[in-house]
Amino acid sequence: MTETVRIAVAQCAPALGAFGRNLDMHERWIEQARGAAASLVVFPELSLTGYYVKDLAGELACTADDARLERIALASRDIDVIAGFIERAPDARLHIASGYWAKGSLRHVHRKVYLPTYGIFDDGRYFGAGEHFGTFDSVAGRAGIAICEDLWHLSVPYLYSAAGATVIFAPSDSPGRGVAEGGDLGTADSCRLMNRFYAQYLTMYIVFANRVGHEDGIGFWGGSEVVAPDGSVVARAAEFEEELLLADVDPALTARERERNPLIRDEREDLVLRHLASRLGLGVPGA
Amino acid sequence: MRPLRLRPGDLSPLRIDEALVRRMLVSFLRDETAKAGMRRVVLGLSGGVDSAVVAALAAEAFGPERVTALFTPYRTSAPASREHSQLVADTYGLALEEIEITAQVDAFFSRMPNADRVRIGNKMARERKSIEYDRSWPDALVLGTSNKTELLLGYGTQFGDLASALNPIGDLYKTQLRELALNVGVPGQVVSKPPSAELWEGQTDEGELGFGYSEADLILYGLVDRRMRADDLVSSGFEGTLVSRIRERVRKSHFKRVMPLIAKVSLRTIGHDFLYPRDWEADL
Repeated sequence: MTETVRIAVAQCAPALGAFGRNLDMHERWIEQARGAAASLVVFPELSLTGYYVKDLAGELACTADDARLERIALASRDIDVIAGFIERAPDARLHIASGYWAKGSLRHVHRKVYLPTYGIFDDGRYFGAGEHFGTFDSVAGRAGIAICEDLWHLSVPYLYSAAGATVIFAPSDSPGRGVAEGGDLGTADSCRLMNRFYAQYLTMYIVFANRVGHEDGIGFWGGSEVVAPDGSVVARAAEFEEELLLADVDPALTARERERNPLIRDEREDLVLRHLASRLGLGVPGA
Repeated sequence: MRPLRLRPGDLSPLRIDEALVRRMLVSFLRDETAKAGMRRVVLGLSGGVDSAVVAALAAEAFGPERVTALFTPYRTSAPASREHSQLVADTYGLALEEIEITAQVDAFFSRMPNADRVRIGNKMARERKSIEYDRSWPDALVLGTSNKTELLLGYGTQFGDLASALNPIGDLYKTQLRELALNVGVPGQVVSKPPSAELWEGQTDEGELGFGYSEADLILYGLVDRRMRADDLVSSGFEGTLVSRIRERVRKSHFKRVMPLIAKVSLRTIGHDFLYPRDWEADL
């Protein structure tokens, strides 16, 4: 019998542009998660730098092997950590990145692919786009990371699920907006719909880790949640307040759901590939 | 999202979840004041609904003892304004400080007898704001009390009532503010009286603007929030000339909503390509 895995989401409010203070903050939340017997703690997007960094991006950036990340590596010796930073790639491009640290070392880095540059967003001005959706083994199963806007593109969870992931970690910095359009905060509504839809129809866990606090008048709404492969919300954090959210991921539930509802088993990736290849005028290897 | 059906007279598209908005604004005030390293706030009470809502939010965010509320009348100010300002202060437990501006405004204009009422009104608005900034020294931020309708219509004095460090209500239309006012317990007579900038006797906002706030709010909500075109609004039943007038006011007053233009000559220029967040924090 498989065991459930306790994970934590650190719904925190990083200080904008203050890397050292944010390192201290990470250590405090990691300590708390450890105390709550979690095996993994997930921080929001750009948790080590803050979100609206603008021209600070260059000075806050670090390479994946930068000494400034050493404290996160050390803290990950007995609990896995997903934290957000600005990565300076070997080709000097700057990326919005989230790393997965385990047993004292950085095991995986995802670079945000979809950089929103509309409305209140300007990611594309300051950052280069990632070009890859890689999966890796997390303590909660085969996983992929989708940073904020990545998750809004439905091809992203699809590609992760096709690659065998059973959990998507979604570190986000989602600003709260839309108070006159009915129901809850507009963005909260959209995010919950997305999380539940992906979880249930791709039969996987969605771990949505959103931040709180304000930057230049824009408030991040929190509401982090873990949604199970049957579409149920395992745990959801408060809105607008810091909170360490705890949830148990149950691989047996994923197995049961996929047995009952074999959408992923029956998925015709070859047809998807052929359609897209033909649309883009590319040959299909082996066809 | 609620389906968009805008028609004249139907204010339902502007409805907000007041409890949620109140929570967002209180946490905005707390966070942003702390980030600025300040511990108090200053605001001017006029006796109207906008400043009453800001007073309520500030009292909730900081406690009344950390809110400095000023009433700054001119000799022509209506007696009801003092009464209502006091009522609002009492409602939220604020000590109201009264500083009259008649002496300095009259002294200034005694040397220029031809000044029209708009100049005098602007001077009064700037005089009031300079007093708020004075009273903010050394540990307070000045709160803005201009709503989204006024800001978009440019119905305010630049560096006067439009000036502030933080504005909690600048993204809410007048109609929405009245809704929020009831949620935060602003006394009924303050919510229901006709809005006035009180820059001269008998002035009312709607009289001076030449249209009503509810109509303007619906048109602005369509144009701004929902990105509708003027034609779309006209086919929804709004009067074409009113839609054009409002759109033109928004265009003409845009200078009031942005920072001053800086002539670019160097490699890197403030506001153009030297772009840092205002909430840039120290790494101690």
